[in-house]
Amino acid sequence: MAKENKEVLLQVQGLKQHFPIKGSRNVIRAVDGVSFDLYKGETLGLVGESGCGKSTTVRAIDQLYRPTAGNVLFEGVDLATLKQKPLIAARKNMQMVFQDPYGSLNPRMTVSQILSEPLQIYSQRKIINMTKEEISRRVDELMEIVGLSRFFKNRYPHEFSGGQKQRIGIGRALALNPKLLLLDEPVSALDVSIQAQVLNLLDDLQKEFDLTYLFIAHDLAVVEHISDRVAVMYLGIIAELSPANDLYVEPLHPYTQALLSAVPIPDPKIERTRERIVLEGDVPSPDTERHGCYFYDRCPKRMEKCKGSIPELKAVKGDHQVACFLYE
Amino acid sequence: MENKTILEVKDLKTYFRTDAGIVKAVDGVSFRLDKGETLGLVGESGSGKSVTNMSIMKLIPMPPGKIVGGEVLLDGVDILKLNEKEMSRIRGNRISMIFQDPMTALNPYLRISTQLIETIRLHQGLDKAEARKKAIEMLKLVGIPAAERRIDAYPHQFSGGMRQRVMIAIALSCNPEILIADEPTTALDVTIQAQILDLIKDLSEKLETAVIMITHDLGVVAGMCDNVCVMYAGRIVERAPVDDLFESPKHPYTNGLIQSIPRLDEKGSGRLFSIDGQPPNVIDLPECCPFHPRCEKAMDVCTRKYPPVVSLEGKREVACWLYEENK
Ligand SMILES: Nc1ncnc2c1ncn2[C@@H]1O[C@H](COP(=O)(O)OP(=O)(O)O)[C@@H](O)[C@H]1O
Ligand SMILES: Nc1ncnc2c1ncn2[C@@H]1O[C@H](COP(=O)(O)OP(=O)(O)O)[C@@H](O)[C@H]1O
Ligand code: SF4
Ligand code: SF4
Ligand SMILES: [Mg+2]
Ligand SMILES: [Mg+2]
Repeated sequence: MAKENKEVLLQVQGLKQHFPIKGSRNVIRAVDGVSFDLYKGETLGLVGESGCGKSTTVRAIDQLYRPTAGNVLFEGVDLATLKQKPLIAARKNMQMVFQDPYGSLNPRMTVSQILSEPLQIYSQRKIINMTKEEISRRVDELMEIVGLSRFFKNRYPHEFSGGQKQRIGIGRALALNPKLLLLDEPVSALDVSIQAQVLNLLDDLQKEFDLTYLFIAHDLAVVEHISDRVAVMYLGIIAELSPANDLYVEPLHPYTQALLSAVPIPDPKIERTRERIVLEGDVPSPDTERHGCYFYDRCPKRMEKCKGSIPELKAVKGDHQVACFLYE
Repeated sequence: MENKTILEVKDLKTYFRTDAGIVKAVDGVSFRLDKGETLGLVGESGSGKSVTNMSIMKLIPMPPGKIVGGEVLLDGVDILKLNEKEMSRIRGNRISMIFQDPMTALNPYLRISTQLIETIRLHQGLDKAEARKKAIEMLKLVGIPAAERRIDAYPHQFSGGMRQRVMIAIALSCNPEILIADEPTTALDVTIQAQILDLIKDLSEKLETAVIMITHDLGVVAGMCDNVCVMYAGRIVERAPVDDLFESPKHPYTNGLIQSIPRLDEKGSGRLFSIDGQPPNVIDLPECCPFHPRCEKAMDVCTRKYPPVVSLEGKREVACWLYEENK
């Protein structure tokens, strides 16, 4: 983690991703104004409950969707406005890893084919220049990098366990030597003992290849563990963004406070004495435009002014940013 | 409180016949559940938690499955010997179940009222009006707002957390002695999980229901259970009171599991402790400690014989050769 020189790799500015609703003038505001900088070599965690817009955020960054509004500057170039061809070239540096390693690996391809596919595509498009032998050597190398025996390269995904499949997914993402990995719940489907192995692998790879991670998970302990900074999302916005170690010690946003208090801690003595903040109601549907704080309906600390204007995400203590009027 | 055992599982074995061979999903599981106790059954996926539960309820699909041995004593009576008619009187009445996905228990085409009232009438012989009153009472008890009105809604009109509440209402409507909760919050977000776990805790205390809490989440175990059984490859490898288990895990697997969880309350970056390898396939497993390929402390005997269950101080048991003097 090279935070001293703080070189920005990715800048997300005012990102919005709305989806039309059939037969309605309303839209689903899956991402409704997200801004953050991602520094080279760091891991930024994105947490929040299901439906808060985590996956849509990374998909919009990767241009799998074309954003409704906002900029996505990767090394200073705005991907949101790039044409298809230069976009594909730029994407080489930014790869995704998905939650479900099974669904995201083609069952009819061998591991070797899966790992070489990105290399072949980029060679055909003449973005990179690799011979067949070089590709084959790279496949062996990738297997080793992610901790799989080379002897398994002609096997099919179903012959591997969940953890091994996720290693294959990570190998494929690394094939083109990217700078940034967008990891969408990469360990959520894994058992604890396997999850620890994959988290350690990601940690090693980051150091070895100087990678930057945008890491999504709904498990706050996992995110806190792997991240340098954590962004907490709610209803399509970032409610709080803070250094990972500060978040648990001093959560500022009322939503973060409630969320953290709900996470079970594997220690019965601590569990018996913890106070939970129970929120009213469910997360509202993201299909209405909001003119007040997005958390207003459920906030135990809401004030009159929260109803009519939207708090901006602002730094209140050093690096610690929060979108809440309590801190103005 | 007097510790009266209400359920005792003795050497339960449930196997499945598959094309690849015999899956020994549950292979000699024993435990007791006392009145008022919440017992955790924890383990990673495939360790045999759900099959244990389904065996107790006699809901194993046969074939391919078969309960090949053991006893399940409910108040001293072996319910594995009961016929289907007798068993159906026990299910929902004396032992109830809730699952990860409430939709497996709810009929999507029937109003909640129909389903809840039917269950109550079936088991308690109330007339329709009484049963409806009781049903509304139950929905209120589990925290459904505007229960009088919402009782006539269909399951899909409820959120995931609310559906789980409805399932709990159905499960507890007949005042069962035992509630088996099989990963009841695994599909839910943490804030909703916290609500549902609180609800199960409150109600089981209020209604004096003993709970078997099946989960893969040690955090859930820490917050909910009095005692814990840790499962691995179809067997219980360690049993202990909850504080002792977390304070001084005895089995190398339990220890590894506890250490490999990232913790929110600890500033831990860097490497996590991790158990190498992966759980064994429970098909044609030879006689050995099934954990030995992953165990840092494995000895020669571990590769040849299954470890005996050793009783330790403080109502603890562990199945590991490290604790057996006559190896
Ligand atoms: N392709 C899509 N079309 C319409 N709505 C979508 C689409 N993708 C996601 N959404 C909606 O956007 C919101 C955010 O979803 P998502 O980004 O998947 O959340 P998360 O990853 O945090 O669980 C949800 O309400 C979801 O239903
Ligand atoms: N109907 C079935 N046919 C064959 N094998 C089964 C069946 N049901 C469960 N199993 C096997 O039994 C083992 C234990 O499964 P289960 O009790 O569901 O695990 P857990 O609930 O701990 O995740 C697994 O190996 C699983 O594949
Ligand atoms: S701005 Fe107001 S409503 Fe929003 S989180 Fe802060 S106190 Fe609560
Ligand atoms: S019996 Fe042997 S292999 Fe099994 S857990 Fe104990 S020491 Fe390890
Ligand atoms: Mg998602
Ligand atoms: Mg299960």
